[in-house]
Amino acid sequence: MDLGELDARKGFFKETLAGLWSLVVGLKVTGKYFFRPQITVHYPRRTVDNIPSFRGPIELISREEDPAKPKCGACSMCVSACPSGCFTVTKKRPPAPTPEEIAEQKEKEARGEKVKKKAAPKEPERFLYDYSLCSLCGTCVEACPSGALRFSASPYRAAFDRKELVFDLLADLAERAREDRNPPGTGKTTE
Amino acid sequence: MGSFSIPVELIRIVVGVVAIAAFVALNAIILVYLERKVAGHIQRRPGPFEVGPHGILQTVADALKLVGKQLIKPAGADAFLFWLAPVLGFLPIFLFFLPMPFGPVLTTLEVPLGLLLILAFAGLNVLAICIAGWGSNNKWSLLGAARGVAQSVAYEIPLLLALLAVVFMKGSMNLSKIIDSQGAWPWQWNIVLQPLAFLIYFICAIAETNRAPFDLPEAESELTAGFHTEYSGMGFGLFFLAEYANMVVVCAVATTVFLGGWKGPFFSGSWWFLAKVYLLLMLMFWPRWTYPRVRFDQLLNFNWKWLMPLALANLLVTAFIMKVG
Amino acid sequence: MTETAPFFSDADLAGDFYTRRFQPGPSENTLILNMGPQHPSTHGVLRIVLEVDGEYIVRAEPVLGYLHRMHERMAEEKTYLQYLPNMGRVDYLHALAWNWAFVGAVERLAGIEVPERAEYIRVITTELNRVASHLVWWGAYLLDLGAFTPILYAFEDREWILDLLQTPTGARLTYSYFRPGGVAADIDKEFLKGAKDFAVHMRDRLKMYKDLVTDNIIFRKRLEGIGPISLDMCRRYGATGPVVRGSGLAYDVRRAEPYSVYDRFEFEIPTTGSGDAMGRYRVRMEELEQSLRIIEQAVDSIPEGEIRVKGAPKVKWKAPAGEAYFAVEGGRGKIGVHLVSDGSNRPYRCKLRAPGFSNMSLFGEIARGILLADAVAILGSLDLVIPEMDR
Ligand code: SF4
Ligand code: SF4
Repeated sequence: MDLGELDARKGFFKETLAGLWSLVVGLKVTGKYFFRPQITVHYPRRTVDNIPSFRGPIELISREEDPAKPKCGACSMCVSACPSGCFTVTKKRPPAPTPEEIAEQKEKEARGEKVKKKAAPKEPERFLYDYSLCSLCGTCVEACPSGALRFSASPYRAAFDRKELVFDLLADLAERAREDRNPPGTGKTTE
Repeated sequence: MGSFSIPVELIRIVVGVVAIAAFVALNAIILVYLERKVAGHIQRRPGPFEVGPHGILQTVADALKLVGKQLIKPAGADAFLFWLAPVLGFLPIFLFFLPMPFGPVLTTLEVPLGLLLILAFAGLNVLAICIAGWGSNNKWSLLGAARGVAQSVAYEIPLLLALLAVVFMKGSMNLSKIIDSQGAWPWQWNIVLQPLAFLIYFICAIAETNRAPFDLPEAESELTAGFHTEYSGMGFGLFFLAEYANMVVVCAVATTVFLGGWKGPFFSGSWWFLAKVYLLLMLMFWPRWTYPRVRFDQLLNFNWKWLMPLALANLLVTAFIMKVG
Repeated sequence: MTETAPFFSDADLAGDFYTRRFQPGPSENTLILNMGPQHPSTHGVLRIVLEVDGEYIVRAEPVLGYLHRMHERMAEEKTYLQYLPNMGRVDYLHALAWNWAFVGAVERLAGIEVPERAEYIRVITTELNRVASHLVWWGAYLLDLGAFTPILYAFEDREWILDLLQTPTGARLTYSYFRPGGVAADIDKEFLKGAKDFAVHMRDRLKMYKDLVTDNIIFRKRLEGIGPISLDMCRRYGATGPVVRGSGLAYDVRRAEPYSVYDRFEFEIPTTGSGDAMGRYRVRMEELEQSLRIIEQAVDSIPEGEIRVKGAPKVKWKAPAGEAYFAVEGGRGKIGVHLVSDGSNRPYRCKLRAPGFSNMSLFGEIARGILLADAVAILGSLDLVIPEMDR
């Protein structure tokens, strides 16, 4: 589509008049908006109403049966998926064997049987998340096989020091559980 | 008797100057606030809102901030010129207000050539811009100063011619006399007799005070901040104050010459003067928040090809009618 | 008596490498001027070294690199999926077009099919993003020209788009929404209705834009005949997008190499032969209208279905060895991503073709002999986004 030339020359006086009129029209537009209501949201007193759909810092999703326990199976998939290396996840170690168990093991060893070590529980020991590095891209949320991660709805987290932005997500989860604002598995997810 | 009249005059002047200083400062604070509010509402945002109820103390806070800031002189700048410029830009303001009839008796100094005094000292503003640009040792400032000089000099002429048309008619340059010759009702004002002169005057006034869309000496998107790029703290503050004071001056002159000064249909007095001045100021704000800036050559072309011939023609027609009629 | 060294030596004041290399010309009356890197109308950190004679520019030389973030190198260090967030940050104004260019290249490389619904979602969101991008350009351009109000009106409308896009993407500016094989999240009825409502609202506003700005005599006099770019020059510098369309060539990647489902929509490619700043301005304003048309058609005809193909790349995904190039039409012109894969999980090489870079290269040539104020008008009409040029 050719837009063509801007309206052709109309002669000196007509053009001058049209030009002057365009100035009046401009004033009319701004004058009209002067009396229209403002659209600014006065921030600290009021906030916008679509915060829930905004991606806040990552948080852990709790298990249905226990709001203080994360769904996370400590598989470290999110650690390798994250482009910025935000996560530090360590697995829980197997529980230390009781004296009876040690005795039993020794007995078994003496009998020449194979000793089966106790399996580590599939739970994270530590789950650190560096919000200062996070680009809120959602790769981790999609990568997690247990669906244990989601974006929170709190975009206002800020800190004076970079170190304060390393969140301990397990402690976070526990706190939310204590305060009973931890809907299991529901809430904000992107998928 | 003579030995008494001098002190009385002197007291009048001293009181007047103090009052003018207070008036200028207060006006600047109110005007900046008003302008920001007007801009805000045109742009559908609240404007200053946080300091004081509805932000009325915002400009006071800004002024305090400006006073408290460090004054920085750029390396290689001419110290004398650099600091002289803002003062030179600000001081003439007092002279402008001396002959201004704020009310029936509220004139600091009755000068027969009041209008001439104002116009003469208006030229000092150019000097301030020029010195500021030259003394800053900054290329942007220099360009801004060059623009400022060319613009002010050019626009002073039609401005003068427009005022002269009224002076021709009234045969006086005394501002009080010009007011006296006008009636209380709008149709008795000079604007009815000289609408073209008023329009020309108003356009030139916007250009003279470097207001958008003629704010070329500052033109922040082209020259960063033009002639006051390098000024900080009160150095900038004085320029800022002077700009707003100059706006009041040109509007006050327009009120006096074209709009009947302090006269109004009822309760004539200073409030009419103030009301008219503020109305004109509002009119000056409005285009700034509507139009883009003109280009420098267009600005001068507009002056020499349009305003100047129109003002001259207007003057000639006025003179002709005065002579014949 | 020892002389204390002055705080600034003359050598310090003489400037950096570029200033020293940019020696004054033969004339004595010229001045070397640095426009940028922190000049208000170079939008961020573009720097232009100018030789000016009064207010006339004798020579101009853009200096780049102040916002170089090594995006291409980063691609070689990250897996295909990990590199996605970078795409939202190359050109922050039209982030989704870059999203698309990259996932398009990955899909072409690996032969991944994209579900129909995902294609429609991509079209709708990208076009919305294009409108937002043009609105920012419009406001910022007017700000360059000295009008303060339009940018706030533009942002008012843009806010509407950002609110809309926030729902599926979760972000407001640096989107990371497309995925190889689809998109990250589905859109709902409300979004579709919102997009339609926006189109109606925006048409209304476009009339106001015309009254306030396009018809304004001051504005027209600032733009008409300024910075004429011939088609030949566009060809030499590789200019694309509204710049080449403003010079009269109807080249639009959406038409020239139709990707995705663009061939199903009716829309015009606005061109104008004038080649000046006004031409580019008018092309962009018309593109707003065309984008709205595409949005409306896509909203009306969007099918139900999957938003992501089964077997879309996962975390440990490895691309087949080979090469792929994918181009999309961004707000500023042709965006191209060239991927070379050696069969591992990271690109061997990733080349990003940024339209802004080519468009900006023109400036040195058209800037000769123009006024400083016109330089601002021309730079704005090229719609430069510095992070995209520097990458
Ligand atoms: S959102 Fe992206 S950057 Fe943030 S933690 Fe998840 S994968 Fe890492
Ligand atoms: S959050 Fe998910 S991906 Fe990360 S370690 Fe836990 S289970 Fe694995």
